Amino acid sequence: MALPPPDPQFVLRGTSAAVHTLHFSCGSQEPDVPTLFSGSENGFIHVWNLKTHRVDTALDGHGRKSVYCVETMGGKNKLLSQGRDQRICLWDLAEGRTSVTDSVFTENVGFCRCSLLKVAQERWLVAMAAKALEEVQVLELPSKMSVCTLKPEVGAKLGMPMCLKLWQLNCGSQPLLLAGYEDGSVVLWNLSMGKVFSQLVCHQEPVMSLDFDSEKAKGISGSSEKVLSIWSLNEQQNLQVYKTHKLVNAGITDITIRPDKKILATAGWDHRIRIFGWKKLKPLAVLDYHTATVHCVSFSDHKTPSERLLAAGSKDHRISIWSIYTQT
Amino acid sequence: VCFIPGGLDCSISFVSHVVGKVCVHGRQKEILSVLVPRLTDLTKSDCIWQRICWRLVECVPDRWMEAVVLGFVQRAPGADVLSRLLGNLVVKNKKAQFVVTQKMLLLQYCHTTAVLQNLLGYLSLDTLRRALLIKVLQELLETWGSSSAVKHSPPEQQQYISKAILICLSHLKGPEIESCRQELLTSMMEGVKCHLDSNLPQIRRLGMIVAESISSKINTDGPVLKFQYEEDDEVRELQSLLVQTPPFCVVPSLPDDDRNEKADAALPLLLESNKKSHTAAPVMPDEESDAELDSDDDLIPYDMSEDKELKIKAPVYIRDCIEVLTGSEDVDKWEATVKALESLVRKNPAATREVSVELAKILLHLEEKTCIEGFVELRQRAQVAVLTTDPIPVAKYLTSQFYSLNYSLRQRVDILDVLVLAAQELSYPKSLGKTKHSGAKKPCIQLLPGSDSSKDWRRIVDERIKSKTRRFATGQSQVELASGPNEFNSVAGHFFFPLIQHFDRPLTTFDLLGEDHFVLGRLVHTLAILMYLAVSTVAVAAMGKALLEFVWALRFHTDSYVRQGLLSSISSMLLSVPTECLLEDMTEELLETQSWLEDVVEKDPDGDCRRLALQNLLLMENLKKKLRTVPS
Repeated sequence: MALPPPDPQFVLRGTSAAVHTLHFSCGSQEPDVPTLFSGSENGFIHVWNLKTHRVDTALDGHGRKSVYCVETMGGKNKLLSQGRDQRICLWDLAEGRTSVTDSVFTENVGFCRCSLLKVAQERWLVAMAAKALEEVQVLELPSKMSVCTLKPEVGAKLGMPMCLKLWQLNCGSQPLLLAGYEDGSVVLWNLSMGKVFSQLVCHQEPVMSLDFDSEKAKGISGSSEKVLSIWSLNEQQNLQVYKTHKLVNAGITDITIRPDKKILATAGWDHRIRIFGWKKLKPLAVLDYHTATVHCVSFSDHKTPSERLLAAGSKDHRISIWSIYTQT
Repeated sequence: VCFIPGGLDCSISFVSHVVGKVCVHGRQKEILSVLVPRLTDLTKSDCIWQRICWRLVECVPDRWMEAVVLGFVQRAPGADVLSRLLGNLVVKNKKAQFVVTQKMLLLQYCHTTAVLQNLLGYLSLDTLRRALLIKVLQELLETWGSSSAVKHSPPEQQQYISKAILICLSHLKGPEIESCRQELLTSMMEGVKCHLDSNLPQIRRLGMIVAESISSKINTDGPVLKFQYEEDDEVRELQSLLVQTPPFCVVPSLPDDDRNEKADAALPLLLESNKKSHTAAPVMPDEESDAELDSDDDLIPYDMSEDKELKIKAPVYIRDCIEVLTGSEDVDKWEATVKALESLVRKNPAATREVSVELAKILLHLEEKTCIEGFVELRQRAQVAVLTTDPIPVAKYLTSQFYSLNYSLRQRVDILDVLVLAAQELSYPKSLGKTKHSGAKKPCIQLLPGSDSSKDWRRIVDERIKSKTRRFATGQSQVELASGPNEFNSVAGHFFFPLIQHFDRPLTTFDLLGEDHFVLGRLVHTLAILMYLAVSTVAVAAMGKALLEFVWALRFHTDSYVRQGLLSSISSMLLSVPTECLLEDMTEELLETQSWLEDVVEKDPDGDCRRLALQNLLLMENLKKKLRTVPS
């Protein structure tokens, strides 16, 4: 007899706006407090204290325009946030400060979340949708130098880039970019040459979100239709469809694979969070707590497995925190 | 009759006279069925025989020319054969020209498509005759485009003329079209307007097809006119006329009696269907199935039985529905409400009665906010449900709105449809499903070897529905059908009389007797149905009288759809009003109506009107007979 799905461990209230992005920072030792960063539609970034379940700080840096991406850059004192004011802001939060140290004007009015990759000590690459419709720009941070601009060939008709993921096989190897586009295809870009390695049409509708497991060279993408698509990368850097999984209700907003690559979580338009096993995409659980679209899911980076958490932010202004499958 | 071949110089005029006289006496079939095949064979390659044949027909005296030409055109197996047989007769002989270009095309319409093809093909095959072809086309278009012709000529004739136009168009070549382009365009515009104005769907469709064909011929590049209409056999046949096969496709002549059918079979019947190009499927390499070597986990799934499709809940109370439909921005909820409304109304009659008029108002004005399948039907069913739940106030509201300002035609016709559907529902007994628990209403008998306890049958049937039944020892050989009071009785008048009241009072946006004859036609048909459904109600005699006066006022209306409605009203009245009432109160009116009906049977151009009038006369006869057989 299967157990009924668990309830959230706790629920964070207080954003008073739809939550669009979440990012955990729980890796550091005591006395540092495990933290969760959340970006909301009213332009605030809330820094949640996961011990007290309260907001420690609220950051206002995007002119009350929706914040749709939040990432930490090596520890919780440096934060990157992206908002609908067409800016990416870099924050310094050490010692209680809340100041924007730098910002990048992206000139992009879309919703594509940027992707951050640490390539060396104090050097990051950030990929973001550029001003022109189909282009992706890769910058180096903190220097803000452009590394390359990825333009699809004329007539490719890919549409807007919808989601990005920068990755490298291991430290020191070539960084690569996976981009999901409006026409439903996922493209693997070669950053050094600015050319396409491989393109795969995974969906009939825009790719809403994707995530990639570089160890297994397997990735998963979700769209506004009822299908999840799992694809793999072979040695020739070619993308191939591995499997598809049909969902009960259409619409996926976010997919994320847990850092230990055992399970993955999807956030859906049908207000539900689904957990699957990553190996075979076995459906494991359906978490039904929210009363509106779930916009984002994120796994925590706790060092101790048993403390790992899953957070989901929704249009109903709540962030639910779950402790699920923590025994492995 | 056989000809002597050879170089004899014989006079053919005698033969012409014989042929002419035989044809004019009506023996075309006999003589031409032998003559024409022989001549076809003989003239196939032999020029001399061709000239002999031409002399033959040219020498036929004028008074018999029509019969001969008609016979030849009907019997020739193809346009090229006709050309060989008749030569340039139409150019040389005035009478023949009249028969071919005027009489057969414009004054008669009994000929088959094959005959038309022969005739027009014949005209197109020689340069001398082509001028006639263009003249013919112009005259056909004039008739096609004249609004009085569209209104007053029978649909069969209109179809015939349309076919002729299409065949002419198929024969015209580029330069000829260029030369008469402007005239084609003007006549097309005028013609399409009168056709679309008609109430009969068949006429509208003919207009659309011809207009499309003309447009495609004159605009070979660039956008062409395209209408939307239902494709059926008639449409396909008409469209196939636009394409001509080359003459050698025609089946060689066989000594067969029905040549026309052969000619038919030789013509292409269907155009190539548009092959839709399949959109290229997205490139997806085959899925590989990797064998997973390590066993999958110790990750135990949770119970996911609650994971079902997300359904937006519709409101449960009628007043909530009203709120959602009038104000709500939430489109999902709006959709769910529209879908659930009818059943809610039927389940909560008391609650509906409190807000019935408001609900009717909202539904009448409800526009489609999102794309729901079957929106029109859902709205109509909800309206019918509201009307049947609370007939009198809602009927009052709807009939008053029918004659109000600023409604669209669709809304007015909606009102009529809803009234009819509701009347139908109210006048039929309640369905059997409602009385299930009493158990007695099984529509069929099941006999069983049970003998006694006939008193218990009701209870037992309740308990064991599918199992054994009991014999009804009471001797009931038929189960009584479910019966209930006729609910239409109390409200029939409320549906009917307000609709009749203001038909002659024009408003600024609505003039039943003027432009809006489409709505008038629908109104008349609605009244006919309401009359029919009012059988056995108390108000039926008064309704009959009012309806008869209404019909009398409109009996000379020019639109055939309206006239058909008026005649159906009379049928309904004759069927519904009890005979005694008819004959007591309405004798003079009935006599007047009878003479009008006789007139319609003889003189009305529309076939359906004539048929309906004949039916009415028969009904009246039956009434009289019934009276005579009833013992006084």
